[in-house]
Amino acid sequence: MTNGFFDSVDEVTERLAATGYLASPAIATTVFLADRLGKPLLVEGPAGVGKTQLAKAVTEAAGARLVRLQCYEGVDEARALYEWNHAKQLLRITAGRGESWDEARTDIFSEEFLLSRPLLTAIRSEEPTVLLVDETDKADVEIEGLLLEVLGDFQVTVPELGTITAVRRPFTVLTSNAGRELTEALRRRCLFLHIGFPEEELERRIVTLKVPGLDAALAASVVRVVGALRAMDLRKVPSVSETIDWARTLLALGADRLDERVVRETLGVLLKHQDDIVRAADRLDLDAV
Amino acid sequence: MSGGGPTPGAAAEGPVARLTGLVAALRDHGFGIGTGETVDAGLALEAVGFADRERMREALAATLLHGERQRPVFDRVFDLYFPAVVTAPEGHGAGPGDAAALAALRTRIAEALAAGDAALLDRLAAEAVAGFGGYGSGPGTDGWSSYQALSRVRPETLLARVRAARTGAGQEPDFADRLLDDEIRRAVEGFRERVRTEARRRVAERRGRDEVARRAVAVTADRVDFLLAGREQLDELRRTVRPLARKLATRLAARRRRAARGAIDLRRTLRGSLSTGGVPVRPVLRRRRPGRPELVLLCDVSGSVAGFAQFTMVLVQALHDQFSRVRVFAFVNRCDEVTGLLSPGAADPAGFGERILAGARLTGRHGQSDYGTALAEFAERYADAVGPRTVVFVLGDARTNNTDPRPEALRLIAERARRVHWLNPEQPALWGTGDSVAPLYAELVDMRPCRNARRLGDLIARLLPV
Repeated sequence: MTNGFFDSVDEVTERLAATGYLASPAIATTVFLADRLGKPLLVEGPAGVGKTQLAKAVTEAAGARLVRLQCYEGVDEARALYEWNHAKQLLRITAGRGESWDEARTDIFSEEFLLSRPLLTAIRSEEPTVLLVDETDKADVEIEGLLLEVLGDFQVTVPELGTITAVRRPFTVLTSNAGRELTEALRRRCLFLHIGFPEEELERRIVTLKVPGLDAALAASVVRVVGALRAMDLRKVPSVSETIDWARTLLALGADRLDERVVRETLGVLLKHQDDIVRAADRLDLDAV
Repeated sequence: MSGGGPTPGAAAEGPVARLTGLVAALRDHGFGIGTGETVDAGLALEAVGFADRERMREALAATLLHGERQRPVFDRVFDLYFPAVVTAPEGHGAGPGDAAALAALRTRIAEALAAGDAALLDRLAAEAVAGFGGYGSGPGTDGWSSYQALSRVRPETLLARVRAARTGAGQEPDFADRLLDDEIRRAVEGFRERVRTEARRRVAERRGRDEVARRAVAVTADRVDFLLAGREQLDELRRTVRPLARKLATRLAARRRRAARGAIDLRRTLRGSLSTGGVPVRPVLRRRRPGRPELVLLCDVSGSVAGFAQFTMVLVQALHDQFSRVRVFAFVNRCDEVTGLLSPGAADPAGFGERILAGARLTGRHGQSDYGTALAEFAERYADAVGPRTVVFVLGDARTNNTDPRPEALRLIAERARRVHWLNPEQPALWGTGDSVAPLYAELVDMRPCRNARRLGDLIARLLPV
């Protein structure tokens, strides 16, 4: 059942930190459980809090291989699971003139002509694998039915070949932006993890780690301002990635402390709507923008 | 399950019973948790052990929850079933005269808030409830009240002290210091919540967990009855508008896509078949007209149903790009258009209710709602707003204060519009009681009960035209 990547929650925290991903206790615990129970991990949360990054960090920490299925509207079986290589099959039939139908048939539906797509690749992989199903909410509902078999039992049925069962279970991460409500059936098969905005202290550590040249006091101020913006009623509140962008901007501008002018000029890095900027400037007591 | 541990209650009662009790309490709150998930939760607890309470919390959350919205209820129920501490038997703490003890406690709370020490704040919350939250004396009449503890400790009055402690460290003033007051307010609110949790825990010890878990834990915001929701809950609901609108937009887009499939365009199919010798190899589907429907919202904004109307108006406004045109009208006993007040961007949803009442003429000689007059005025003044492509939503409880309901006005609107839906925040059992004329209107238009935000989301996804 287990993937056997990690032995304890503390080890998860340490090894993820070694790859540059600072995990909150909630993230570390849930990753450990997903590994231990061998269940897929469904990660939800606002954009830019590091959902995809988590899968990459786990891959790196475990020394595994990353197989990624990017979902989009209209992604189908042939893109997600497997496809027969028709052109090659035709070529094989033309090349083997004179052989009997049975021979040709058994031959063209063999492994050689099977094009593995991400889900099948992850299941057949013999080395440690992390399967990332990214932006699951973008895919159509029909694909979820497909995922149910794959994620419930870690097996895939190819009519011509039979059922292929995973040799070793891939560590599976599904991410969702909650654009569409995922079905209950899919949720039941997964461990659920919501990554929200990090606590102030953790975010300060993240900023310090990602933007090494930044002064510690400035990093603290940056995180406090972002925290205040998140408490406002804005159309799009800044996420962790925007905090990091802002910190990088400040570093590039050579600002060593925040003042009204710097904040006013760089607010566009944090906020993406003009009315948000106006409202935030008002609440932060900046002069007219 | 193996291993007990430092968590005191788990050892005394058996972790399995505690887990099943927790699951039962969550099911009472409407969580769909299957046996398989309960087993997973047990395995997860075993995997993380019982030493660290926060890990246990996350382990159970990961296995039992299906969405972030369930989290607040889960946290409160978890605190009841896996409490951080068990009260040592003791007296009822300080009497009312203990002013010195109170002052000392307040000083320590201020210091802890300034330092942001979570563990210490938990202990102080426990002390606050133990010292100042007890009431009654004999068994059966005594208990613990967070309200009483908070009204004596009054953490909100510590703001100045905490600010002084945070800024008095001698460093130069920083830009972020202008945020200090808000930060402290949030910290104080966090402390108040700790006190509430502690009071619930103590009451649960005395009266039995299961009962407290059912009663004292509030339901999730989207299940709160519109008519019973307090100001805080309405604020919380408003924060859910944008995610909800995005979800509805996706659902509407899916419906639109599905509606676009289907009907075969015979003429173009035959035309296309000429190139394949008259065999219609590729059927051509009929193209839908891209015209998007128009929406008219007609809302009763009088006191009793104002929360419901405002939430719906903000929600519909957030969905405005789904329609070619959205017009919003509000009424109490007169009717006025408020579309302009709602324009996206300019609208600050929090002050929206006040702006409607200030900016629109909604009341005549008296301030009570009068559906008959308002509907008649709408039918007369804004007849051009309703046409064959318009879907009208009427929002209100149809309590017309014993005035003439004038059904002919509603009939007129129903005849002109493509469809009229009436969303009533009251349950059907109350329709027709007292001054409600709901049954009369329900004969003319499609009336549905809509008591909470979840139901509203479902109805909108189904009823909105595509």
